[in-house]
Amino acid sequence: MSDGDDLWALVWGFLGISLLSVGGGVAALPEMHRLMVENQGWMDDLAFSKRYALAQAAPGPNVMVVGLFGWHVAGITGMFAAMLAMCGPTSILAYAFCRLRGHLQGAIAMRVFERGMVPIAVGLIAASGLLLAQGAAFGTGGAPLAIAISIGSTLFVWRSRFSPLWVLGAGALLGATFFQ
Amino acid sequence: MAKEGEAEAPIPGKIELFLGYVKIGLLGFGGVGPWSRHVIVEERKWLSERDYAEVLGLGQILPGPNVGNASVMIGRRFHGLAGSLIATAGLYIGPLCILIALSILYELYGTRPGVAPFMQGVAAAAAGMVIGTAIKMGQNLRPPPELIVVGLLAVAGAAFLRLPLPLIVVVLAPLGVFLSLRRSWKRAA
Repeated sequence: MSDGDDLWALVWGFLGISLLSVGGGVAALPEMHRLMVENQGWMDDLAFSKRYALAQAAPGPNVMVVGLFGWHVAGITGMFAAMLAMCGPTSILAYAFCRLRGHLQGAIAMRVFERGMVPIAVGLIAASGLLLAQGAAFGTGGAPLAIAISIGSTLFVWRSRFSPLWVLGAGALLGATFFQ
Repeated sequence: MAKEGEAEAPIPGKIELFLGYVKIGLLGFGGVGPWSRHVIVEERKWLSERDYAEVLGLGQILPGPNVGNASVMIGRRFHGLAGSLIATAGLYIGPLCILIALSILYELYGTRPGVAPFMQGVAAAAAGMVIGTAIKMGQNLRPPPELIVVGLLAVAGAAFLRLPLPLIVVVLAPLGVFLSLRRSWKRAA
């Protein structure tokens, strides 16, 4: 496959994902995993989890990870192409919807719809986390420690109000010390 | 919903809007959601808590990244199309520069022996962070039992059965909306 083909596959892939991503960028991660790892074979499980980790180490919307996947496939061009495909059309959609909404005042209908959709979005986010944990567990280091870090981090983020940065730092420290 | 341009709320200028969103983008470690609310509602008082929740809710049910969708809508509210472009550009520009720098570093040093274990540790922690956030969100929303089941079905479909996203949405969205609708009828009856 030539580079150009990869770039188009990248753009079409993320365009499709963006139009279906209910509940934000992270909820679409399982579908990105399907595109990057299963369908196109651009990266393996561990590389996928590592790119996600790299995105988490930087500030910004979670969707920025798409830029890193794009970079992995086609360098900086891939980064911009993937980000534009992911954010461009949906932004236009949001803008158009906003214009229309001036007339619609279906606040109650909207709330009912939202209440039905939000659990799906949250479920998809949880599924993303599980896929990422699986990817991290099959690294070069030991799976038990990786799983322990993931569980510890889950509990920390769930039960405490401290910044998640602490968990990332602790994970980095434990990884650097104990993984070989 | 409050009408556009209500009296008390200060209307940010274009530069203010841009800088506010640059701040949101650069502060947002682990996602910008919490920071977006902090800057827009508490610090700059551009929107009331209710208005913000409404915009974010809309951003959530529309496809695409929700804070990105919210930036389009909030920008439009103050300065039309120009506002949308300004807010969205502000949100992405800082993180994008940092990611380019990080990617170059990763490309140069990512395969070094010391870096792989380090990144694996961060990856494992980041995974837990996503799961923890999902549990927290689920808890705060307090969905009724039948909708919790819908959420768990989404988890099973995406993580264990590895079903494609379109299939999950097409099957579960009508179910979720139906169950939610039934709740409303019950309450009304």
